[in-house]
Amino acid sequence: MSGHSTYEPKTGVERWLDTRLPIIRLGWDSIVDYPTPKNLNYWWTFGGILAVCLMIQIVTGVVLAMHYVPHIDHAFASVERIMRDVNYGWLVRYMHANGASMFFIAVYIHMFRGLYYGSYKAPREVLWILGCIIYLLMMATAFMGYVLPWGQMSFHGAVVITNLFGALPIVGEAITTWLWGGFAVDNATLNRFFSLHFLLPFMIAGVVGLHIWALHVPGNNNPTGVNVKSKADTVPFHPYYTVKDGFAIVLFLILFATFLFYNPNALGHADNYIPANPLVTPTHIVPEWYFLPFYAILRAVPDKLGGVILMFGAIAVLFVLPWLDTSKVRSMRYRPTGKLYFLIFVLACLVLGYCGGQLPDDHVIPGLSTFTLIDADLNSFVWLSRLATLYYFGYFLVVLPILGLTETPTAQPESISTPVLSHPAGMPAGAVAAPEKKG
Amino acid sequence: MADTVVGENPDPHAAGEDPNRRDFIHIAAGAAAVGAVGALAWPFIDQMNPSADTLALASVEFDLSKVALGQQVTIKWRGKPLFIRKRTEAEIAAAIADDGANLPDPQTDAERHKPGKAEWMILIGACTHLGCVPTFAGGDYGGWFCPCHGSHYDTSGRIRRGPAPLNLPVPDYEFLSDTTVKVG
Repeated sequence: MSGHSTYEPKTGVERWLDTRLPIIRLGWDSIVDYPTPKNLNYWWTFGGILAVCLMIQIVTGVVLAMHYVPHIDHAFASVERIMRDVNYGWLVRYMHANGASMFFIAVYIHMFRGLYYGSYKAPREVLWILGCIIYLLMMATAFMGYVLPWGQMSFHGAVVITNLFGALPIVGEAITTWLWGGFAVDNATLNRFFSLHFLLPFMIAGVVGLHIWALHVPGNNNPTGVNVKSKADTVPFHPYYTVKDGFAIVLFLILFATFLFYNPNALGHADNYIPANPLVTPTHIVPEWYFLPFYAILRAVPDKLGGVILMFGAIAVLFVLPWLDTSKVRSMRYRPTGKLYFLIFVLACLVLGYCGGQLPDDHVIPGLSTFTLIDADLNSFVWLSRLATLYYFGYFLVVLPILGLTETPTAQPESISTPVLSHPAGMPAGAVAAPEKKG
Repeated sequence: MADTVVGENPDPHAAGEDPNRRDFIHIAAGAAAVGAVGALAWPFIDQMNPSADTLALASVEFDLSKVALGQQVTIKWRGKPLFIRKRTEAEIAAAIADDGANLPDPQTDAERHKPGKAEWMILIGACTHLGCVPTFAGGDYGGWFCPCHGSHYDTSGRIRRGPAPLNLPVPDYEFLSDTTVKVG
C-alpha cells in the first residue's frame, strides 16, 4: 500500500482493470510482494490467525442469526433448537462460542507480542491505537453475544455490566435506563443487543482494514525492533509469510478443534444452560474467562464508582501507552531490566485473571488465616487482586516512563541482517536463504 | 463566456474579493447542517429509552395474606424483583436498635416502612452495587446478602458492609386494605 509498486499487469484484461480500479495491484503490493522483515518469529503469526478468527465468527454468526429468535420467551429455546434440531446447528454454535474464546486467546498473545517488542512505539502509534479500538469493539461484541442465549449467566451478566454505568454520578440512572429500554434488563435490551451484536463485527472488519493500512505504511516491526535498513533485511510476503502464517493457522485450528470436538463447554459456564430468571441470581457469578482480569480489578476496589473507573482505566491506559514508554529501544530483547518487569506484568495479568474467577473473600492459601487489613483478610483473593492491580497500573504509569530513562540497554544490532551474517559460529549456508528460521 | 475579460482572475477566493458575504454563507450553511444532524440524532437516541407500553406497566397489586411471618415473597415488578417480607418482632427490634449505628446510607427503620406497618418491609430486590438479587436472610446482619460481590444488608434493607453504596430502594406503594398492597 506504500512505496514503489512492483505490479505489472500481464494480460489485456488486467491492464484494462488496472487503469480503472487497481485492486489487483493493491492485493499484489499488500500480500504478495509486500517487503516484510525477514526475521519475524511465530509471535508475528497471530495477526493472520486473528483475521481467520474474525472470518469464522462472521460466517458462523450469520448462520446462527438465521435460526435464532431475539425474544425473551423464545431466545433460550431457539438456541436449544439450534443445538438439537437444526442440521449441524450444534457444530455452528459451538464453533461460534469457542471461536470467541479462540479470538481472545489470539488477541491477547498478539497484544503481549506488541508490548514485548515495542510495536506501539513511533512510528506505529496509530497502528497500536487502532488495535486498542478493535479490542474494545471485540469486548463489546463478546459481551452482547453472551447475553443472547438468555441463560442465567447471560441475564445476570447483562445486569451487572449495564449497572456499571449506574455508578456515574447524576446521569448514571438515566444512562442505564436508556441502555435497557426499560427499568430492568428485559426484552427491549435483548433486541438491541442482538442488533448491535450483528453490527459490531462488521465495524471490527472496517477497523481491521485501517489497522492493516496503518501497518503497511511504516511496515512491520520485528523481533530486534531495529528499523529495516535495506532490501537485504526483507523478504517478500509471499511465499515466506503466507506459508509461515498458514502453518501457524493450521496449528491454531488444531487447538480450536480440540476444544470444539472434545470439550466444547470447557470455557463456558454450566449456569448458562438454565433459562434466565430475573428473580434469582446464581450464587457465583463470573464473566467469560477473557474478562476475568478486568472483573478482578473491578472487585478489588471497595468503592463502586472507583472500581468502575479503574476497570475502564485498565483499558484506557493502553491507548496512551506509546507516550508513556520513554525508552528509545523498541524490543525488550535489548532491555534486560525492562524484560523482567514485562514478565512480572504478564504474571500480574494471569493472577488477575485467576482472581477474577474466585470468590473475593476466599483464602489464596487454603486454611491459612492471617490478619485483617482494612476490610479483608490479607490472605484473600481481594488482596491478591489489589496487589496485581497495583502492579498492572504501576507497569504502565511508573515502570515504563521511568525505566526508559534509567535503564542501560544492551547493544542492538546494526541492522536486521547483521546478527545473521556476522554470526561467529559459522552459520550454515542456507541460513540467509531461509531467514524465517531465525527467531 | 464572450464577456470574459482576458487577464481577469475568475477565482472568487482570490485576494481582493470581499470575504464577508462568502464567510457568512459558509458559517450559515455549516450551522444549519450541524443543527439538522443534531435534530435528527435525537430521535435515534431517544428511541432507546423506555417505550410507552413499557412505561404503562407501572403498578401491581399483591395479596399480603400469602406471606407467612418471618418469610418473604418475591414478585416481579417493572422487570425487577420486588421483596415483600413480613418481619418478626426480633427482626424489627434489631433494625430499630441499629438506627444509630454507623450506616453508610443513614436512614431510620421507621423511614423505610409505612406508619404502623413495621412488619411489612417492601423493597426493590436489586443490589445497589450492580443489580444482582440479594438472598433472603443471608449475610452478617440477618437481612439480605448479595452473592455477586458480598454486600450485607440488615433487616431494614440498609447497606451495612460491602461495595454497595445505598440501601435497597423502597418503591412507591400504598395499602389498599390490610391485606392488599399496590406497588407503583
